[in-house]
Amino acid sequence: MTAAKWTLGALGLALLVALLLAPFASTSPDGLETVAAGKAGFADKFEEPSVAPSPLPDYEVPGVGNQWVSTAVAGAVGTLAAFGLMLGIGRLLTVRRAQRPDPEE
Amino acid sequence: MPDRVLDPSVWATLDVASAGVVAWAARKTGRRLDPRDVPLMGVMTAAIFAGQMVNFPVGFGVSGHLVGAAMAAILMGIGPAMLMMTTVLILQCLLFGDGGLLALGANIMNMGIIAPGVAVLVHSALRGTRVGSAVSSFVAGWTSVVAASAGAAAGLCLSGFPADGVVWPILGWHSVIGVGEGLVTVAALQLVWRTRPDLAPARAKSSKPAEATEAVTA
Repeated sequence: MTAAKWTLGALGLALLVALLLAPFASTSPDGLETVAAGKAGFADKFEEPSVAPSPLPDYEVPGVGNQWVSTAVAGAVGTLAAFGLMLGIGRLLTVRRAQRPDPEE
Repeated sequence: MPDRVLDPSVWATLDVASAGVVAWAARKTGRRLDPRDVPLMGVMTAAIFAGQMVNFPVGFGVSGHLVGAAMAAILMGIGPAMLMMTTVLILQCLLFGDGGLLALGANIMNMGIIAPGVAVLVHSALRGTRVGSAVSSFVAGWTSVVAASAGAAAGLCLSGFPADGVVWPILGWHSVIGVGEGLVTVAALQLVWRTRPDLAPARAKSSKPAEATEAVTA
């Protein structure tokens, strides 16, 4: 298997996790949210949104009624965005060495 | 961690500190990363993002989710791992409103710097011992989550929350959630190493780890 095929396969697997598993994720509060709601008592501050607006708040596509579809689509978008952004940053950082390998390395 | 929980002095300090460390990680990665490993870095980042969406129940009505810092750090090294986690955290903040923008530095410090840093330290400390790669990956995963949660607890204490209501509950829950992290770290690394034997650590089979590593990188 070539590295390129492996990368595509792994990306497919990540997309399957986002599409098929993420909609079934537990909706219980996580560790930090649990503590926030307990004795420490800062649950109200935890509920407040970020100062920055987000296009897909809470991993849902606004206007899509079906919760599963909404989460699956948001998850797939995020997975592809993570791949693309990291690929872009990685290429930018290594571009000079990709063109002309540094003899010192 | 959302925006209005931490004290401004705390999140501002962590924004500056995290920016500095991530800049260091970017420089280190630019110098050391093989350009052929960039797609691997991209696809692992995608997998970590997807994995973080899947909250799993840990009992008592509480859930946990993957951080992924340990698998990133063990597979790619500390510099790339910090960049991978930072990329995931920036996307979660800006695309999904998960984690505050002001608190981004705090979240990067905990999950993008402390978690992979501790994972690398623990994993390399265990490498010299007779412990197998599955056990050292599990322990690195567990420790990375507990260390990240300790960072979150420290941030809350510095913001004026009473330590007794914050520190032990946070460490307690995350020591349970960390078991899930450890298991997923082992499974993910085994899957990668079995399907891409060229990425598996050669040192695991050698009695002289330093020499084996040099032979691979030379």
